[in-house]
Amino acid sequence: MGEKKKKIVKNIKIDVDKCNGCRACEMICSAFHASPKYSSNNPARSRIRLVRDPIRDIYLPVYAGEYAPAECMGRDKYVINGKEYGECDFCRASCPSRDAFKEPDSGLPLKCDMCEDDPPQEKPLCVQWCLNNALTYEEREEEVEEEEKPEDAEIGLEALIDKYGLEKVMDTVARISLAKKGS
Amino acid sequence: MRYGETGYNLEIDLGRGSVERVETDPRDTELYLGGLGTNAKILWDRVPADADPFSPDNILIFGSGLLCGTPATGCNRTIVSTYSPQTKLMAFSMMGGFWAPELKYAGYDKVILRGKSPNLVYIWINNDKVEIRDASHLKGKGAVETLDLIRDELKEPRAQVAAIGLAGENRVYYASIEQGRSSASRGGLGAVMGDKGVKAIAVRGTKDVNVARPLEFFQLCKEVLEYIKFRNENPVSGVMPILAGLGSPQEMKVHDEKWHTENFVWGNARVRRKDFWNQEIAQAWAESLESMRTRLISCYNCPMECGATITPPGLPTYMMKCFSKLTYTMAAFSDLDFGMHIAQRATEYGVDGFSTPQVMAFALELLENGILTDADFPGMPADNEGRFYWLLDRIVRREGIGDILANGTYWAAKAIGKGAEAYAHNTIKKHEQLPLKLSMLNPIYFLMYCTGEKINITQIEGQFPQAPFPTREEREAFVKDWFQVPDEKFKQYFLDWELRGEKSIPFYPTVEMCCDIVDWQEMMHYIDDALGMCAGLSSFPLKPPYHIHNYPKFISAGAGIEMDEQKLKKAAKRYRTLIRAINVRRGLRRKDDRPPDDHWKKRFPDLEKKLLDTYYEFKGWNQDAIPTKECLHDLGLDYVIKDFQNRGIYKDNGNGAPQETSSEPEKK
Repeated sequence: MGEKKKKIVKNIKIDVDKCNGCRACEMICSAFHASPKYSSNNPARSRIRLVRDPIRDIYLPVYAGEYAPAECMGRDKYVINGKEYGECDFCRASCPSRDAFKEPDSGLPLKCDMCEDDPPQEKPLCVQWCLNNALTYEEREEEVEEEEKPEDAEIGLEALIDKYGLEKVMDTVARISLAKKGS
Repeated sequence: MRYGETGYNLEIDLGRGSVERVETDPRDTELYLGGLGTNAKILWDRVPADADPFSPDNILIFGSGLLCGTPATGCNRTIVSTYSPQTKLMAFSMMGGFWAPELKYAGYDKVILRGKSPNLVYIWINNDKVEIRDASHLKGKGAVETLDLIRDELKEPRAQVAAIGLAGENRVYYASIEQGRSSASRGGLGAVMGDKGVKAIAVRGTKDVNVARPLEFFQLCKEVLEYIKFRNENPVSGVMPILAGLGSPQEMKVHDEKWHTENFVWGNARVRRKDFWNQEIAQAWAESLESMRTRLISCYNCPMECGATITPPGLPTYMMKCFSKLTYTMAAFSDLDFGMHIAQRATEYGVDGFSTPQVMAFALELLENGILTDADFPGMPADNEGRFYWLLDRIVRREGIGDILANGTYWAAKAIGKGAEAYAHNTIKKHEQLPLKLSMLNPIYFLMYCTGEKINITQIEGQFPQAPFPTREEREAFVKDWFQVPDEKFKQYFLDWELRGEKSIPFYPTVEMCCDIVDWQEMMHYIDDALGMCAGLSSFPLKPPYHIHNYPKFISAGAGIEMDEQKLKKAAKRYRTLIRAINVRRGLRRKDDRPPDDHWKKRFPDLEKKLLDTYYEFKGWNQDAIPTKECLHDLGLDYVIKDFQNRGIYKDNGNGAPQETSSEPEKK
């Protein structure tokens, strides 16, 4: 076990019941991240997206997360309190299957940075602009293990060694690297 | 670069099927601001003065306000302008919602429709790509239903759609344009849209809206947001709850309807029921609202919750706001349960929630009084509520008596004759009004009813309290933080205003004070309508976050147009006067500047004359209600003088040439 270390974890609590669907969060996010700051706004550039369908009473603010180079298999439907959501509705990824969380002109992925920009904001702008408190900002201290997590590649290789034995894997890696050098 | 606005309009000729993106003149923005102001200029320039509202020459303009799409809270209004089939004058109804900002993000300030499409179409604006698409499969579909069908068809859930229902397709004179959350209902805009063969306009935009001085503009927006928070926590005391807060009257929130049900009138704007409200009714109505209301909702970029999604059991969901909650209920002498059920059907048909119930109550009153007979209502059910549904269905289809009623009470009474005119008693300029019948003449409201070009009292009032406060202490408390006044004198007007005695209604506020008060209230609405700001955060409530002192800063920092209070007041006066000129050119004269016939029981002809005389002079109009040459010249409207002179308007001795025939052709 590694050493324990304290860290501030920032998160936004989303209370969809309090959302009035106004999209001020999208608007102000795009304005804050414009260059120069606040010089323009365009909800399509926002790092928060409100999935909004008033007739079906669907209000779901989602934040932009990691970039995903490929689509996933997620095409399932969720029915929650009689309301149907697509699996994608909840997803934070900027992925090839949709135009959400991408710069509309370049297609480059967008990611929420909690407005940790210059000057640093006390709270993310979307939270400040949401007077109905559908979005509230929270900070909590968490103890995290100092120990580095194994990389994904290491996890994968270990799985292969488990299955085929160390010798076989090493032979294969050597052969592939030789072939790559030759090409 | 243009700031606030995009600098481009979309011109669509439906007859030729052509679409053009046209750059606009920034000098027009400086003179007329945008939204309503530039709409009026386009209407003046392009539509012949005698054009019938249903001629291909008439245009239908969907104008976003100058600051729509910027971070300014609550700035989201679409101002729709055309000539009204009902009043024959300029119609400018507005809607909040999400449509105008989306149009800005698509890269346009206005959509201007001219000509007529031979087949029913809808327009799809997707940034630079604009298509006129077949809508034959949408014929007869409900307005709300259409929004969904189009979004599905385009596979674009984020498209904002404005659509008409069956009423618009059939050119009902009080047909609305529905946008889901909001509607442009007054003046029959939906009928003109239907006449042009346009079922809907769908918009999706992913471009930037720029502001001129970003940090300054952001700071202004932040101050407004802070003040909204303050006002939400500190309602104005001394006024009834619906006037104490911001937003449009919070009808979707409140359960206590004692004030409306006992002070507004029932039926065909007839009966005041003074002891109507009781515990039992309060409970039943609260249950109706609670059981059908899914959520309180807002328009784009606004923290208020003035509207609601309503789901009557077994019926599709629709959205409602404000006083349409009670108009059907009270016209039918029924209950809230009925009102919220029939409003669902009416919203899908796309009809105005003020005119429609009144027209139906008018028809039934004619039946009761033998002017119409059972033969005019073949197959109408016997039960009260059933009769209203039956009439609504006939009106939007223009079937039988519905064809006559579809033109509104004024034109229907003329067509029916036999004394029916006396029953069309609650209109101004041929347009049905809120059902209010009061005792003592109110000089401020008298001027607003008479001269308001919006032909809708709630769209002119605000800012100044509707009634005096009982004690001096209360008045002093009220004026203490009343920084929104354009001039300190307004505080004194209010401080001295008493419930009884010398300084009370109708002789106080004095005629001169009334002119000041009405002018201020109207000016704020006109500024809102050019900027696209919701009246609910500005001209309608007391002590709003937007006012004459911060608006110039918003325009300077937002649109990059150097502005101060004097320049802004003059711009607002310019397009307000231009709208009067548009209507004068269409025959409006002093004789038309009248309140609804029996709005007040106690009238004061001498005072009323003096009020109008003085107000006209104050506005720079002559005694026929026509803007004078001096006034027009001072505003830079010399082209109006020229036009008036060519038409001999200054010489017609106040007769004008009002069009006294209905546009709707005789039944085929």
